Amino acid sequence: MDLKDKLISSFMAFENNVDVEHPVHDVRMAAIKNFEEKGFPSKKEEAWKYTSLNSIQKIDFSIFPKKENALEYKDVKRYFIHEIDTYKIVFVDGIYSSYLSETTHDGVDICLMSAALTKPMYKPVIDVYFNKVASKDESLTSLNTAFSREGAYIYIPKNKMPKKPIEILHFSTGNEASLLLQPRNLIVVEENAEVQIIERHQSLTSNEVLTNAVTEIFAAKSAIVDFYKIQNDVESASLIDNTYIDQKDKSLVKVHTFSFGGKLTRNNLNFYQNGEYIDSTMKGVTILGEKQHVDHHTLVHHIEPNCESHQDYKGIYGDASTGVFNGKIIVDKIAQKTNAFQQNNNILISDKASINTKPQLEIFADDVKCSHGCTIGQLDEDALFYLQSRGIPQKEARALLMYAFANNVLSSVRIPELKIRINKLIAEKLGVNLGFDL
Amino acid sequence: MAYTEEELKKELETKEYEYGFYTDIESETFPNGLNEEIVIAISKKKGEPEWMTLWRLEAFKYWKEMVEPEWANVHYEKPDFQAISYYSAPKKADPNKTLDDVDPELLEMYKKLGISVDEQKKLQNVAVDIVMDSVSVATTFKKTLAEKGIIFCSISEAIKEHPELVKKYIGSVVPQRDNFYAALNSAVFSDGSFCYIPKGVRCPMELSTYFRINQAGTGQFERTLVIADEDSYVSYLEGCTAPSRDENQLHAAVVELIALDGAEIKYSTVQNWFPGNKEGKGGVYNFVTKRALCEKNAKVSWTQVETGSAVTWKYPSCILKGDNSIGEFYSIAVTNNYQQADTGTKMVHIGKNTKSTIISKGISAGKSQNSYRGLVQVNSRAEGARNFSQCDSLLMGNECGAHTFPYIEAKNKSAMIEHEATTSKIGEDQIFYCNQRGIDTEKAIALIVNGFSKEVLNKLPMEFAVEAQKLLEISLEGSVG
Repeated sequence: MDLKDKLISSFMAFENNVDVEHPVHDVRMAAIKNFEEKGFPSKKEEAWKYTSLNSIQKIDFSIFPKKENALEYKDVKRYFIHEIDTYKIVFVDGIYSSYLSETTHDGVDICLMSAALTKPMYKPVIDVYFNKVASKDESLTSLNTAFSREGAYIYIPKNKMPKKPIEILHFSTGNEASLLLQPRNLIVVEENAEVQIIERHQSLTSNEVLTNAVTEIFAAKSAIVDFYKIQNDVESASLIDNTYIDQKDKSLVKVHTFSFGGKLTRNNLNFYQNGEYIDSTMKGVTILGEKQHVDHHTLVHHIEPNCESHQDYKGIYGDASTGVFNGKIIVDKIAQKTNAFQQNNNILISDKASINTKPQLEIFADDVKCSHGCTIGQLDEDALFYLQSRGIPQKEARALLMYAFANNVLSSVRIPELKIRINKLIAEKLGVNLGFDL
Repeated sequence: MAYTEEELKKELETKEYEYGFYTDIESETFPNGLNEEIVIAISKKKGEPEWMTLWRLEAFKYWKEMVEPEWANVHYEKPDFQAISYYSAPKKADPNKTLDDVDPELLEMYKKLGISVDEQKKLQNVAVDIVMDSVSVATTFKKTLAEKGIIFCSISEAIKEHPELVKKYIGSVVPQRDNFYAALNSAVFSDGSFCYIPKGVRCPMELSTYFRINQAGTGQFERTLVIADEDSYVSYLEGCTAPSRDENQLHAAVVELIALDGAEIKYSTVQNWFPGNKEGKGGVYNFVTKRALCEKNAKVSWTQVETGSAVTWKYPSCILKGDNSIGEFYSIAVTNNYQQADTGTKMVHIGKNTKSTIISKGISAGKSQNSYRGLVQVNSRAEGARNFSQCDSLLMGNECGAHTFPYIEAKNKSAMIEHEATTSKIGEDQIFYCNQRGIDTEKAIALIVNGFSKEVLNKLPMEFAVEAQKLLEISLEGSVG
């Protein structure tokens, strides 16, 4: 039985465990129908031209993990930003771990999707926001919607800001030979509220894991959202991350994506600007080695006038890794005075590495400033020589230059401890110890 | 030079036709529709050898299995391939023209294009191979060229006279099964130009072909094959106009360029097919496959100015096969009213130290849609490949669209690729500056557009540049609100 059939037949089993009378279940039914029609995307589709899901579909994933797995904090401490106090929503093999988590209902709701989808008190929010910005057409998003049950639920009311950043962590323990996880997150930030979120998917063994995540973010008027995605998973873990962001007037949403590992990572990042004077920023650093594959697909849809968007993605590709960047900017006819910028710089450091990039502008308004730039190149030999002539060994010199290359993106990380952590990850990835923090 | 007044007169007479109006030439037209018999009949009609007939039939076989491509960012009513007549040849070479039938608007435009008799004289260094409704009716300068060993003739002539060259190279760059329209063209191409420059010869003049569509309801299926042998040079011009018609006309050409070791080909196009009227009715469908193969140290440069056609689908490409080969692409695409253009280029780097440059300027006005679609591919063995691409779009009016779809694929770590794109409108302050100095808005726009496109216009041969500049002005006339 192939994965698609397996998923469709397990939907019935899934129905036994959820409240089928709840209105959300109609949404799930429509979604599974869409997935059944479309199936997994193939390379024939333009959006999946450079990323193949064929090998993933051959794996016999278990869809429902059997039991909860206890993890000791000390074993997984290093995956947290433990230097600072944070709220934590932790899942182990897709199941909520109350032991590792720290949630709150004090003024803000930082809790679980399973609670939000079942408890009547959350129904008004679910009715308004659940599956409203996520695509009803895209098959993998539909697949997630159909099986949506668990994930993070964050609701920040008007004029509030949580006392500390929020960490969302997904661990997989390798209890199953191969595991499919489908977390579903909903983040609603009301008017003038602010939130900082760090998200990480981590596999603890070398068993196969596929995560098909969907996150919906709603930023109301003047809201500020800072979202950091750390993708540094093991060689056997694949991630398909679908993030949909709906922005209203004067809101500011920044998404940073740090992709340092994983077998196959696909980021679908979609911004919809439903208001004026909106700022959307997406930045990313990708450093790959081995046979890793990362595919960044971004979409910014400028629907209303006077908005801005900024994109800056840097990639360093080594070994036999492959990278894809596809950035799409759509400017609607009425979205005059739009400023949209897109930058994608790549360095190939190995003969077998390859990069495919496709910046794309679709512009229907005339009074706009849109630009994209894209480069593929190497480290500057002169700069390397300069550093070496001052006694810095070649390896460190190269690493320094790569830091400098990625620094534009790192400089806008607003949590200092996170920035240090990312620097460490980069050093680890490049195999150097510079002996000082950058 | 063996070029007499008489010849010039003759050339001018025929040249007037390049600005299309329907001339009542008695044409021999095949019945509508396409099947194997028609393909054989076309081949027979042209007295082609058997291998050519078989080649066409093979292409037809592929075509039947193919579906029309839909990935381009254009929307149009699909042509009914069975409602087109695939062959039409003028019986008389001397038609009686009646200017009265012509749309005065078009006439006015030609006047504005201003290829006056005086200017024609300046153009006397241009050899013209006029393709009128698919069959070459006049070729000048043949002798001068022949002295140098240059072959410049219609492709049907070449099939008969130089079968060894045609057989070797036709379909070598654009195979029959390359794409839907290339397959169709391979099966039914009626005529086109053939050019061969021998080893080490520098072609002394610009070779030029003028195309025109004449007979109502006949598709134009041109086939051009240019071969530049080792260390030779040729500059080739192609210019097009078409008559005003209500029904959409199909133009599916194939152009193959082969630049052998050290050769250089410069291929310039000014395309001014009928774009349809202001309501977006009529106009030509232009689905063209153009590709060049560059061997060692060879250089191919495509320059194009596109102002016409209702729908354009065109990607002049370079396969940089040989080491140190160079590919260039300079393009201006202007769309106005309801025109749609999806154009761009492909640069495939295979050899070492290959270089490519892409400069694309898109200007959209009215309700038009203008897309740039390009591919830069660096294969894993293409050490030291270098590419620079720039695509700028200018938007005039708030009902048009500009789109870019650049694909960049790098598989070699030594590749250096840069891509830049911008989209903007003409600055109000720029216009104000001009107004302030007594230049009216319309003129100011023309000035700014010219400046915007200068990088490309500069690459055109002199005579063409003048014509192209005027064409730009005319195409954008009245688009300023």
